[in-house]
Parts: sequence; structure tokens; C-alpha cells
Amino acid sequence: MSKIRAAFAKGKAFIPFITCGDPDIDTTKRVIHEAVRNGADIIELGIPFSDPTAEGVVIQSANYRALRNGVTTDKIFDMVRELRVDIDIPFVFMTYANVVFSYGAEKFMSACKEISADGIILPDVPFEEKGEFLPVCKSYGVDLISMVAPTSEERVAMIAREAEGFLYVVSSLGVTGVRERITTDLAGIIESVRKNSDVPCAIGFGISTPEQAREMSRIADGVIVGSAVMKIIARYGTDSAGYVGEYVKTMKDALR
Amino acid sequence: MSGRFGIYGGQYIPETLMNTVIELEKAYNHFKNDPDFNAELSSLLNEYAGRPSRLYYAKRMTEALNGAKIYLKREDLNHTGAHKINNVLGQALLAKRMGKTRLIAETGAGQHGVATATAAALMGMSCVVFMGEEDMKRQALNVYRMRLLGAEVVSVSTGTGTLKDAVSKAFAEWTSRIIDTHYCLGSVMGPHPFPTIVRDFQAVISREIRAQVLEREGRLPDAVIACVGGGSNAIGSFWHFINDSCVRLIGCEAAGRGVNTFETAATISTGRVGIFHGMKSYFCQDKFGQIAPVYSISAGLDYPGIGPEHSYLHDTGRAEYVPVTDEEAVNAFEFLSRTEGIIPAIESAHAVSHAMTLAPKMTRDKIIVVTISGRGDKDCASVARYRGENIDE
Repeated sequence: MSKIRAAFAKGKAFIPFITCGDPDIDTTKRVIHEAVRNGADIIELGIPFSDPTAEGVVIQSANYRALRNGVTTDKIFDMVRELRVDIDIPFVFMTYANVVFSYGAEKFMSACKEISADGIILPDVPFEEKGEFLPVCKSYGVDLISMVAPTSEERVAMIAREAEGFLYVVSSLGVTGVRERITTDLAGIIESVRKNSDVPCAIGFGISTPEQAREMSRIADGVIVGSAVMKIIARYGTDSAGYVGEYVKTMKDALR
Repeated sequence: MSGRFGIYGGQYIPETLMNTVIELEKAYNHFKNDPDFNAELSSLLNEYAGRPSRLYYAKRMTEALNGAKIYLKREDLNHTGAHKINNVLGQALLAKRMGKTRLIAETGAGQHGVATATAAALMGMSCVVFMGEEDMKRQALNVYRMRLLGAEVVSVSTGTGTLKDAVSKAFAEWTSRIIDTHYCLGSVMGPHPFPTIVRDFQAVISREIRAQVLEREGRLPDAVIACVGGGSNAIGSFWHFINDSCVRLIGCEAAGRGVNTFETAATISTGRVGIFHGMKSYFCQDKFGQIAPVYSISAGLDYPGIGPEHSYLHDTGRAEYVPVTDEEAVNAFEFLSRTEGIIPAIESAHAVSHAMTLAPKMTRDKIIVVTISGRGDKDCASVARYRGENIDE
């Protein structure tokens, strides 16, 4: 069993998303430590991209701030290497195809293996294009995380059958961002996943409150929260760690 | 693999859009062979857009350059003043047949936005155009035209506030509203099937050039020159000559202040292979794959990528891509205005400029066709500004 799947075996998983380097790498490190200490089961680490087309305004701005402050893929790898001294939970990178392609997929995945990064999410690489990265992910033991969306319909089965690590269930149409209500028939989507695979399902996009998290955990194996976390970081900047920690605790408690 | 030009192209888009582009591909493959669809499109192109466009022998330009004989393909004479209408009428008709009631589009110079707003007005569809806030300043006249035609123009301030950001915003909008909406992409870029659909709708340009030049000269031209941003008028001008290796195909990229500066948009000259906006192609980017902020005086060429089929034609050597600076384009803009009484779009002036370089090196029995992709009224204020003169639009 991959480390990612094992993380779901302990109960409903809480997965916070953090844009690396916003506002700086030192803050990101402290935020990650606090998130782990307060019960995060997996951390999704965003490698900033100049044109994050799947993101709403909150994470977009986080990407711009991080890049303006000089973060690079190499600096993020160095950060993860240092964090690995005392953090053992799975790290999953989230970035865009060009960041990996331009770095060299082989070199990128080899670095992931060396620093024990467990998976990668590429929102602009759908099922039809995963051959671009999958072979090299496999050879370095990095789970390429698949996504299903409210519009996937008959594609869910095909995607679920080949999913690795966990399946990222996109809750709503559009880009990332806090939503008051989620109206998609997620139970229906997850039911068709279960018919085809035993891969854990984590729901993301739009979740911000403990109530939403609890509701989602009734049908899914975990929840992913990005914009709500990055809003805290946008507000408190280098003092964010404690506030993110408190938030993670509230969310994790809602899932217990 | 479907939708590939060599290694280029593909469908690098969020899962949310996959069924939508698959549905679009199916609809296109069906309607492109449908006699009713094609009859309606031909009628619109001829009766409404004014096709076929003229192939004009530029006698005074030819004499001034004292070399190859120059013909201008007058896409600037189309309704709405540019080649963009060819693609838009095709896509709007397709969207309508698919049951869509709303068109969204990105625009740089505003020509594609105006064309989309025009087609939406004609077909009774609603229309939203995304435009970078920088471009809205540079192309205020076209913003007014779009609104006059009933479209909503949304200012995009993210990133560099130019064409690239307008494309991102249009894709994001499509991801959130699919059922009633077609994204009418304006160039031969983005995920499959767009590069193919747009090329097919623009191929009318080279189909006409070929017939017109054969009729006039009894032979094929020696070179066809067009400007390239995403590359729709260029691929349209090249397409029916691709198998004629005797015809040089030359795309002119916007070099801005020069390919050795950071203020350039010359993708083939300064970029490398990457994956962005749904496609694998050449992109201007840094060593970590961050897309570079690009610059050109021409809002329509101010884009950090190029259509995937152009990347393929470049790699195979079938087409050549040359950089043309702001200064050269402005000179050509003024030259064509004074010599032929034709004010070209600043985008098209990039192609005119290269013809001015090339023609004198060729003998008088040679033939060059330059595509004038659009008219230049929209650019008068910014060219005046470039020359240090402020005029009120």
C-alpha cells in the first residue's frame, strides 16, 4: 500500500493545501509544522505557476505573491528535504504541467523520490494526457493523482479504475474558491467510483467550514481545503502558522 | 494520437472540460460534412462577410521595392475588418447547431472580440468577451464597437492584463458555465479540437489565394507571408500550399523591442517547448517553466505561445518563422499607407515589413503573397503615440 493510501486507513483524512513560498519559504515551513501538529493527514503543497488557470482569485494571488518573492521549484524541493527531518505524513505536490515538463519530468520525479514526496496533482493533465507523465511517476514511485469532476459522467469509471493514491473529486464547476453551497450530486459520483475501484476519495473545491467538511466526510474518505487556508495566510502573512494550526484543528475535529 | 501535430497539440485541460471538448469534436466532425451546414456557412461568408476577399496586385509597392511581384490578400476588406470573421461565423454556426445560446471569447487587439460580438448579434446569441485591461486601453475603439454590438466586455486584470490572461479567464469562465456556452476561441491554439477547427475555417484564405494567383499568373507564388501570434491567419494562408514545396511559407512573429530584449513576443525565436493553455507547443518561459511576460506594440500578437501546428511546421522546416520588431512594423504600417493607400493592422504590418526585406532580394519574375489580416484604423492612435504624437480617438 502506498503511503498515501495508508493515510486514509486511519479514518477520514483532512488535507490542507498550502501554496509554497507565500509569503516566504520560512512561513510555509512553520505553517506545515503547525498543520501536521494539529492533525493534518496529508499535505498538498502547491508549487506556484505564473498562470494558475484552475485557481480562483485567492490561490491565484498566493501564486503571484510567492513568485514575486522569488520561490522556485528547487527552493521548494530544498524545503521539503528539510521538513522530512521530523515530518513523516505524505506530501502531495500540486502544480501545472509546464512546471514539471519544463523542469524535466524525469528529473522532477527523481527529486520527489529523493525527498520522499509521495504524489503529484496536475489539474491540466486529464486522463487522455497522463501518458506524458505516468511512466516516469511510476518508475520513481510517485502517485499521479487523478481527478473526477461534476461533468465527468461516464468517464468516472475509466478514471477510477486507473486511479492511484487517492481520487480527487472536484465538488463544483469552475475554479477553486470558497463556496457557500455545493449542489453537485457527489454521492452519485462516489458511488460510481466505488463500483470500479477501492481508491480513497477526497473531495475538494469550495469547502471551508467544519460543517461542510463533516457533511462531505459522510460520503467521502477525506476533504481537501485550499482557498480557506490561503485566505488565512493572505491575512496574517508571516504570523500565519498559529492561525492555520487552529483552523486545521477545527476541521480535523469535525471529521473525527 | 488525435489532435496532434507531431508531438505538439493535445488536450491539457481540466477534467471538468473534457466531455465538453469531446462533444465539440463530435459535433464538428458531423457538421463539417453536412451539406446544409456548409451551404449556410458559405452563404454567410459570401453575402455577409464579403468573400471572396481580393488578391490585389500592389504595383506601387512592387516598383518601390524593385524586386519580386507583390500581391496582397485583402482580409482587411472582410466585414468587421479582419480575417477573424471567417472562423467566428463557422464556430457560431456550429455552436448554434449544438444548441448553445451564449458565446464567450478572448480578445487581444479586439478584432476577434468584435467578430464574435458581430456573429452573436447576427445569430441572436448572447456574448461575453474577455479582454486584458492593458489591451482595453490600447484598443478603446474596439471595446466600444463590441459594446455597441451588444456584447459584455469583461476587463481582465490578472497576470500581465493582456491576451494570455484573457484566454485563461475565458477558459475559467467556460469551466464554470458549460451547458449553454460555447467558447469561441480566436486562434489555432488551445486544446484539440480548436487548432483543427480554427485552421479549417481559416483555410478559405489559401484556397482563394491559390485559385486567384493561378488565374492571374498561371502559376503558384514563390512565397506566402503572414503575421503570427497564435497563428490563425498564417495557417489559413499556408494551408493549401503545404504540399507545394516550391512555395516558401513565412510566419512573422512580433519581436517587440528585439529578440535580445525581455520585451518581445517572438515565441519561436526565443521560446522553448512547453505545455500551456491546453496544448503542447513553443512558449516564452523561464527555466522553471513560468510563462514569460511578453511585449509587442501589437495587442493581437502579444501572446507567449504559438499554435501547435506552427511548432510542427517549424520543426519540420516546412515553414519559416522570422522576428519583426515594433520599429520595423511601424515603418511598414506607414510605408503601405503611403505607397498603396492601404492602412494595414499593426499585426499585418509585421508581414508587410518582412516582404519589404525579402522582395528586393528576389528577381522580378518571382511572386510574393502577403496576407493583410486586418485593417489598421484601430492602430492609428497607438502608432501616433509610438511616433510621439497624442491624438484623440
